[in-house]
Amino acid sequence: MKPALPITLLVLVLGAAAPWLISAYELSLLGRFLAFSLVALGIMLTWGEGGILSLGQGVFFGLGGYALAMHLKLEGLDIANGDMPDFMTWSGVSALPTLWRFFVNPWLSLVYVVLVPGLFAAFFGWLVFRRRIGGVYFALITQALALAFATLLVSQQALTGGFNGLTNFSTFAGYDITSQGAARVIYLITFMLVVAAYFALRWLLATRFGTMLRATRDGENRIRFLGHNPLPYKVVAFTIAGSLSGIGGALFTLHAGVISPALVGVVPSIEMVVWVAVGGRGVLWGAIAGTLLVNFAKDEISSALPSLWLYALGALFVLVVSFLPGGIAGMFSNPRLPPRLLRRRQEVVE
Amino acid sequence: MHESAFLIGQVFNGISVASLFVMAALGLALSFGLMRVINMAHGEMLMLGGYLAYLTLLVVPGPLGILVAMPVAFLGAAFLGGILELTVIHRLSTRPLDTLLATWGVSLILQQAARNLFGAIGVQVVAPTWLDHTISFSTGILSGLTLPDTRLFILLVAALILGGVALLINKTRLGLYVRAVNQDRPTAAALGVNARLVDLTVFALGTGVAGLAGVILALLGPVTPTVGQSYIVPAFLVVILGGLGSLVGTTIASLMVGLFTALIEIYVDVSVAQVLLLVFVILFIQIRPQGVIAVRSRALEG
Repeated sequence: MKPALPITLLVLVLGAAAPWLISAYELSLLGRFLAFSLVALGIMLTWGEGGILSLGQGVFFGLGGYALAMHLKLEGLDIANGDMPDFMTWSGVSALPTLWRFFVNPWLSLVYVVLVPGLFAAFFGWLVFRRRIGGVYFALITQALALAFATLLVSQQALTGGFNGLTNFSTFAGYDITSQGAARVIYLITFMLVVAAYFALRWLLATRFGTMLRATRDGENRIRFLGHNPLPYKVVAFTIAGSLSGIGGALFTLHAGVISPALVGVVPSIEMVVWVAVGGRGVLWGAIAGTLLVNFAKDEISSALPSLWLYALGALFVLVVSFLPGGIAGMFSNPRLPPRLLRRRQEVVE
Repeated sequence: MHESAFLIGQVFNGISVASLFVMAALGLALSFGLMRVINMAHGEMLMLGGYLAYLTLLVVPGPLGILVAMPVAFLGAAFLGGILELTVIHRLSTRPLDTLLATWGVSLILQQAARNLFGAIGVQVVAPTWLDHTISFSTGILSGLTLPDTRLFILLVAALILGGVALLINKTRLGLYVRAVNQDRPTAAALGVNARLVDLTVFALGTGVAGLAGVILALLGPVTPTVGQSYIVPAFLVVILGGLGSLVGTTIASLMVGLFTALIEIYVDVSVAQVLLLVFVILFIQIRPQGVIAVRSRALEG
């Protein structure tokens, strides 16, 4: 379901004018949450359209975030003279690790933000999907991936900044990124990327690729019987989701000024799924709306009553999934759920 | 310490970790075979077992308190599991991925409840004195090898549970029903097996076993609200490796995961071992995507 044209235009105008409408603090929150919504768009593509539930999108978010953060830590350092990021000096590292040398160039780092998570998602997805591992198995394996990734980041203190992650950034390619004006520019870049991703995905889902992806979700074996190979559709969808998550992670790092293992592990990864579940997994704008709604609610609730948030999040999961599988967007559209959701067990067993 | 003694010690550690995994994964694997759903709140059943052990020892102190705690934890976790099955899992059982998410919500709520009730730091369960010994070897090639009694106790409990469940599945009428529903649900139901009741019973049994495993975990370290989380991800991997609802497969997969982790930790640290375990699992499913033991079935997808 596509939103009506006037509503689309209104949202676009309000979004573009936001830096002059709301306070700096609110703008910073909105920017972060829009960065999250890139991840959500990817989840909508793989889970809603492809039927692939990944509980490890935080990994790709983290890869993108760290790729940019590693460059930001090197910015302004005299590398040739043996300068190193502050945390490395504290950890007793004597020379800049080779891995970090890749991130000296700002523009190359931006390429890595897209490429590293994308290529990793492609390789991982190909390995798993080619053996026809999907559904629950895939969800569990990606969760294990998120756990392993976060643990690895924490343990490799000298390479990754450990538990505290990477923070204290000042410039990007010479531009100050901490000022009030920079925050607006970063917000507008985020907003434009979200809009671009939204329309690009809308186009993609209307093509033959989208049709095949949905068909794979609804009857993978039938697709095989019809002579198609579902593997490329699944791998490509997962790769796009990975790249989108990476871009989201990099933008989040710019907005928040920090990236750390606590933002990419098991719990954050599964929280990303709840944004899409709440917003509506079957509709693109639902993913964005759900992300903004859940995160603003989280901000409100957890600042007032911290322990209440986890109860609320837990209950949200149970209730939305049990009673509102189409999410908020599902309430507006005609009740046309993906057929797999409605099919009875007996048919599935056959 | 002698080289081989060290190696045997690590193998022993691996087997004792594997016995924890098998207890944690047993319920997951059985229910997965029957209903194709995974209960993400299964780790919290371990946690519940741990806290029930702590509470039982407050009421029944003394050397035999732990033996009282085990049935208490079993029944408590089985009861909660039964409620969970009736309220959440059953109504979602046609949508396995949604079940995953809903039960994860339940797990969050249970963790937070434990945090509010018992505090975030966790409680300590002291092992009874009769488990406070270690068997040490001081001569021969095993010189320097020590086997703590708690570790042997874990092995014993796991073996008893595994034997008990194997008997139940292979020798009783209930077991016959379980195997029947596992193979072909509609046909079993058509022949008069109450598949719903089988689902519920197996689910409660599985969570009960996890509760029991929680008592054992409490002997090894403090019981915290997130104690289940550290064991549940390897248990999920065990389910993937084991094959659909197979008891033998789950046992072999637990041993594989336990031994792999214990032996690889000789060379690398714990976090790298975790990564390598995942790599191992992904490589393994390249060769055998159906798991160690594949239950023969004519169904194309299930």
